[in-house]
Amino acid sequence: MCGIVGLLVKNPALRAQLGELTVPMLIGMTERGPDSAGLAVFTEPLPENERKINLYSGLTEDGADFNWHGLAHELATHLGIEAKIDAIGNHAVLSFGLAPEPVKRWIQEHHPKLHILSTGRSIDLYKDTGRPGEVASRYNFGSLTGTHVVGHTRMATESAVTPDRAHPFTAGEDFCLVHNGSLSNPNSIRRQLEPLGISFQTDNDTEAACRFLEWRMREGDDLETALQKSFDELDGFYTFLMGTTDELAIIRDAFACKPAVVAETDEYVAIASEFRSLAKLPDVKHATIFEPKPEEMYVWRV
Amino acid sequence: MASLMTGRPEAKAGNTDQTITFDLARQSPRELNRFLHQDLAATSMRHITVLNPDGAHSVAVGADAPFDIDVEGHVGYYAAGMNKQARITVHGNAGPGVAENMMSGRVHVRGFASVSAGASGHGGLLVIDGDASLRCGISMKGIDIVVGGSVGDYSAFMAQAGRLVVCGDAGDGLGDSIYEAVLYVRGRVKSFGADAHEEPMTEADVTSVRELLEQAGFKHDPHEFKRIASMRSLYHWNADANQEY
Repeated sequence: MCGIVGLLVKNPALRAQLGELTVPMLIGMTERGPDSAGLAVFTEPLPENERKINLYSGLTEDGADFNWHGLAHELATHLGIEAKIDAIGNHAVLSFGLAPEPVKRWIQEHHPKLHILSTGRSIDLYKDTGRPGEVASRYNFGSLTGTHVVGHTRMATESAVTPDRAHPFTAGEDFCLVHNGSLSNPNSIRRQLEPLGISFQTDNDTEAACRFLEWRMREGDDLETALQKSFDELDGFYTFLMGTTDELAIIRDAFACKPAVVAETDEYVAIASEFRSLAKLPDVKHATIFEPKPEEMYVWRV
Repeated sequence: MASLMTGRPEAKAGNTDQTITFDLARQSPRELNRFLHQDLAATSMRHITVLNPDGAHSVAVGADAPFDIDVEGHVGYYAAGMNKQARITVHGNAGPGVAENMMSGRVHVRGFASVSAGASGHGGLLVIDGDASLRCGISMKGIDIVVGGSVGDYSAFMAQAGRLVVCGDAGDGLGDSIYEAVLYVRGRVKSFGADAHEEPMTEADVTSVRELLEQAGFKHDPHEFKRIASMRSLYHWNADANQEY
């Protein structure tokens, strides 16, 4: 079991309250996913030539005491970049005006235990072990702002309970995926992707789905085409919720094994595993409520 | 945040000799169910109102007396499960497994129902005004189910007894491996499951459908429905089939 939640605000005035609206949704899925939680939030994109990467230091020896400003200083010394660091405990957003690959390579080489959570111009990503309410207050989810959010509460079934195996997973830039269910062919997906130079951070089945979809989109598919291919290639039980810079998308497997319900108003579209997580949204009584059908794609744009 | 929150409805005019209200914003489903199982018999209550279910699981399960329950909102998993005798109305949508294993009485969902509605029900009547998702009536064993909208794939899978009336369409694999249950569909059937096929409507079928539609409160001409039942070719092991069916 796991819980998924997603929220896209249509009314720009609600962007300031994105985190505030999301926290009760995430906490509502605590029974479905008590061991870890996380979310990706999509913000106003940085300028074309800038990137931000989100980093997690919980797996380093220093943990939440990691010297983030020291890292910024090292990057200035060794790569000559002026990086801005925005840190809360074991999490930091590092933004800079450079292609992300050399920066990520340098970090992986010199701080191998620092976990790279996300890369892009608009995505910020937080995930950690603990109950959803604890994780939400650890990173102050209530204060997050942006256009849409993709969240998850985890009850691990197929790989260990660790921060890097919590959801969302990311691949490439400004793409993330959360999963309720279990895949039966993640290893064959890995064997298909690894020879193409795609490397994996964990042994988690969801990461295989995430990297498969990002690979298809990098090869030129739009999200809809990539999702269509995933129906043929990915085997198992799944409700996938995905975010890109300007989209929120959901698909369910052919048997609709894992639940999902959508509430849509003129102000927002909200998605959760169960109505429990939607019950406290503003004016939900007048929302259009429906369950996504199996093997159909639902994509909402900002 | 407060300004954004949906106002909760006020509790209805207090409890009376006949009516008791449970507000699930303040009380747990367990309190409600314990009342149904243990305390109700000693009272003269005949009507229970449940406020703010907000998708809670296991709302009003295991009832066993002829009283009315009105649930004012959406419910989560397994609402009205194992019902005996009670008349339960959900004024909203129902999550997976509504009225699962119902024995008797009536469960009415005013909105839509998620997967496995009426699963393995032995008796009583389940009415769903909207659509029912996949596997509606899976392994039904005597329950009657009337769906105002359409049903999803694999509905009435291994249905053993009872009747399923669908006023809309049915998805793929309808009635797969069906036994003696009978299905009536007004709209289109996307595909039949193994051993299910269409049969001519008899006068008895028309009467059955008319009665069930009346009980459910739907106004359709029973002659518009088609009958789907078992070919009974899977009833016995056929050694000559050489594993080809």
